[in-house]
This record gives sequence, structure tokens and C-alpha cells, in this order.
Amino acid sequence: MTSAGTGHASARGVGVGVWRRALRSLARKPFAVASLVIIVAFVLVAVFAPQIAPYDPTKPDFLAVRKAPSAAHLLGTDDVGRDVLSRLIFGARASLMAGALSVVIAMVLGVPLGLIAGFYRGTVSELIMRFTDALLSFPFLILAVALAAAFGPSLTNAMIAIGVASAPTFIRLTRGQVLAVRAEEYVQAASALGAGDARVLWSHVLPNSLAPLLVQGTLTIATSIIAESSLSFLGLGVQPPTPSWGGMLNVAKNFMGQAPWMAIWPGLAIFVSVLAFNLLGDGVRDAFDPRD
Amino acid sequence: MLPYILRRVLTAVPTLLIVTVMVFAVQRMLPGDPAVVLAGEERDPEVIAYIRARYRLNDPVPVQYVAWLGQVGQGNLGQSFRTRQPVAQLLLEKLPVTVELALLSLLVALAIAIPAGVLAAVRKGTAVDYASTVAALSGISIPNFWLGIMLILLVSVRWKLLPASGFVPFSDGVWANLQRMIMPAIVLGTGLAGVLMRQMRSSMLEVLKQDFVRTARAKGLAPFLVVVRHALRNALIPVITIIGLQLGALLSGAVLTEQVFTIPGFGKLVIDAVFNRDYAVVQGVVLFTATSYIVINLLVDVAYALANPKIQVG
Repeated sequence: MTSAGTGHASARGVGVGVWRRALRSLARKPFAVASLVIIVAFVLVAVFAPQIAPYDPTKPDFLAVRKAPSAAHLLGTDDVGRDVLSRLIFGARASLMAGALSVVIAMVLGVPLGLIAGFYRGTVSELIMRFTDALLSFPFLILAVALAAAFGPSLTNAMIAIGVASAPTFIRLTRGQVLAVRAEEYVQAASALGAGDARVLWSHVLPNSLAPLLVQGTLTIATSIIAESSLSFLGLGVQPPTPSWGGMLNVAKNFMGQAPWMAIWPGLAIFVSVLAFNLLGDGVRDAFDPRD
Repeated sequence: MLPYILRRVLTAVPTLLIVTVMVFAVQRMLPGDPAVVLAGEERDPEVIAYIRARYRLNDPVPVQYVAWLGQVGQGNLGQSFRTRQPVAQLLLEKLPVTVELALLSLLVALAIAIPAGVLAAVRKGTAVDYASTVAALSGISIPNFWLGIMLILLVSVRWKLLPASGFVPFSDGVWANLQRMIMPAIVLGTGLAGVLMRQMRSSMLEVLKQDFVRTARAKGLAPFLVVVRHALRNALIPVITIIGLQLGALLSGAVLTEQVFTIPGFGKLVIDAVFNRDYAVVQGVVLFTATSYIVINLLVDVAYALANPKIQVG
């Protein structure tokens, strides 16, 4: 995780060079480019869902219950006659929003705590790290389930639960980055020359942490999408009738014999979007790897 | 080595204590007065007052915490609001089911990950390497509850080869038990296989670069024997560490897998408890899983220190 160093460039000019080189390296990786295209396509689908979806995703049609895929309903209909394709399109919103916002929550909590834990030695730092260890020892989903149960099931609470459960990774990552940068001579020189803590953090530590945070952020979007769909699958995330991929699978599992099309597409959508973020994360990591 | 082990044990203690504080705090954050919840539908003030006194709900919160911790230390995790069974007893009943599922998945994962990881490392940069790397990432990316549904659709609904769900205890027949555990084990093992394969590949690549491998090759040992007899054993060590760290993921996956296949284990227990608002059970499962995670990883680290003479002071 922490291996994705940037080579610790300090001066602005060198920093830009690292980013430009990484971008060029990324553009040469077919998997990463393909996954980026897929992600952009998913985002567009989510944004323009009302324009793209052929039907109202929440409107039941009891004359068209569990109809197999046809020209009228390309992916069939569900147990109350709603169009599966339209629900799939609108479901992208919950998944992508959960993916993105959970990571924002995790970073807003994790990065400052990691900076503090890395920069200041002593009780505070020790306390933050033990707290992090404790949080990491809860199985991710069991923690998210317990939090979602405590706060009540909803998409917002699921995102908060996933964000809190993912924060420890960012605390550890940021702390490791701070410890590495602090040991650099130019940072010690800056401190010796009278640069305050805030200035050292802002102009040396943060720029050097951006690349690994970007990699971890991308990979965490993938795990958050799976986590949100897992919680919705368990009935603890997005509440019906609002469409979500996990929620669609929760219903679909009761009709596997009669309407298998209800189960195939939502899972495939989760799989493809998660795979795309994982491939992109791997690509970005390799792109920043100075050994390449 | 002993100081390292001691220090490792000593860091686990505050972590465990923080875990208990967090579990206790979340329990206190729950909506509703626990005394009212316990008193049931009638809400008789006398009953509520009695419960308050009995569970020491009038004491200051830190005092309550210490009292609660004392009980937990004696293995008393309270009782289920619904069935009135002691939570500890419920956990012990369900534990063997989830442990069996986890061990079988681990077996599936290792059976896939070790050969695939070794092959990818030995054939680095070839089509075999790319194929297994993409396969590993797919294993990590596939939502296991969906994989479960797809397997049921194919194997049970269409081919009618295996039962779709249910559970038969091991003691009631090995074959009947395995028939129902094969699919869940494959489903739960797939994600772990992806993670382990990536670790196997990278640690194998690391080991293959080392001098003793070159020596083994130089003395004319067949390439297959070099890999299996010399490199593999060393490359497996980091994989074992990863298995310990993946325990949480395995338990999370078990929650979903048990839900899909209706297996009466830990996962089913905690989800049912959440929907029944049976908080004592939820709390018991959370506390138990977190504690096991800490203890097992402590044991892995200690075993690692004992096996690796290079770790002297850590």
C-alpha cells in the first residue's frame, strides 16, 4: 500500500514532472485506459439517468410482472413489473455516489488524523494509532452492519458507516507518508530554517502524499461500491423502492427459478464497475512507481 | 525475540480495550432507553425501575463500563432479547458452522492461489502472467453474493447437481454436509484467492531473485524442483501473514455468503439480530469477531517471530 511512493519530489517543477510522466505512463496502459473509459461511461449513465432510462424505475406495472427480456423491456421486468434496465440505469447513481462519498468521508477523517499521528510523537499519536488498530480489527462489513443498524438503514448512513470503516487505511497511509518525508534532509533543513509545522505539512508532506492517496482513493472507491451493494443486498442500505444494484439482487434471489434475468444484470454492473476502479487503481500505482 | 513478543502482546492489550470501549459506546448511542426496550410492550414503571437497578443503568457511564467489562471478562455477554438465550451460548453454537465455512474457503483459495501465483511469477510478463493477474483482480472485484446467486442458478436450478441452500451438521453425514458447503466455500474462497494469488506472485518474484535460488539452479537442480523445494517454502511466509490480515474480510464475506445460502452461522446470526433489534447479540458478535481478529493476528506475528531468526528486537 505504502509502496506507491512518488520519489519525494520537493521543488514544484520536479513535482509537475512526476505527474506528467505518470500521466504519460498511464496513457500507455491499455487496461487502465479501458477502465477509465468504462468509469466515465458509468458516470454519464448515472448523471443522465432520467434522459436515458426508457421507463420510470419505481413505477410498478402489474400487467408486466416478471416478463423475460423482449423488445419492450430489453432486460425484462421485475417482480412488480418494473423495467430492469431502467432500474439498472438509476441504480448506478446510488453505487457511484456511495463509492465517491464514502471515500471523501474516509479521507476527511483519515488524512488529518494521519498527519497528526505522523507529525507529533507522544500520547496523541499513540492514541490515534491504537484507535486505528482497534477500528481495523472489526471485520469491515460487520462494523458497517452494526453502524447501519445503530443509525438506521439508509444510503446516507451506509455511506457514513463505510467511510468510517475505511478511514483507518488512510490514517496509516498518511502517517507512513509523513514519517518518510520527515526523514528527508530537505524537510529537516526547512524545519531548521524556521519553517513552522503547518508550513512543512502543507508544502512538503501533502504534495508528496497525493499520489499514494490517489491510488488508495481509487481502490477504496471499488471496495466502497461493493460495500454499499452488500449493505443494500442485506436491506441495510438504499431502501426500496429507490433502485440500487444490491437491493435489486436482494429481491432477485427470491425469484431465481422464475426470473433469472433479474439477478444477472445488477451483479454484472457491480462487477464491471468495481473491476474498472481496481484496474485503474493498479494502473495509477504502476504509473507513479519510479522503478518502472 | 522475547522482548519483541512481549511488546507485541502489550500493544494488543490497549487495542483490545479500545475495542471494548467502542462497542460499549455504540451500544449507548443506540436509539431508545435499554431499560424500556427490555421491559417489553407494557412499559410498567416498576419493571423499568427494577431493570434499571439490576443492570446498574443509574450508575455513571464509566462505572457501567467497568461493570460490563467485568462481566464480559467472565464470558457473560448478556442474553438475547428475543430468545432469552445467553449470547455466549448462541455464539458457541454458531461458531463451528462459520469456522467450517471459513476453513473450506481458505482451502479453496490456497488451491487456486498457490499454483496460479507461482506460475504467474515463473512466467512473468507472458500471457499466463497477465491472464492470472486479471483473474485475480476479477476474483477480488466480483461481489460474492452475486457469484453465489449465479452458482445457484447454474448448478442447482439448471443442472440440479447440488442443493441450493440449507445446512447439515458435519456429525449428521460428511457428504450431506459437504454437498451444501462446496458452493459457499467456492463463493467465499474466490475473493481470498485473488488477494493471496497477488501476494504469492510478488513474494515468489522476490524470492526467485535471491542468491540461494541461484545457487540451487547453478548446481543443476531441475527448475521445477528449485521452485517447489527451495523458493516456494520461503515465498509462503508473507502469504501466511496476509491470511491472518484477511480474516476480517473472510468474516465479512461469510455474512453475505451465509445469507445467500441460508447457512445458520455467525453472519446469519448477526443479520437476523439486526432486523430483530436484538442488540445484545449484535454487540456479542462484533466484540467476538474483533477480539478473535486481534488474538489470531497476534499469534501469527508471534509464530512469524519464532520462525524467523532475523526478528530479534523487531
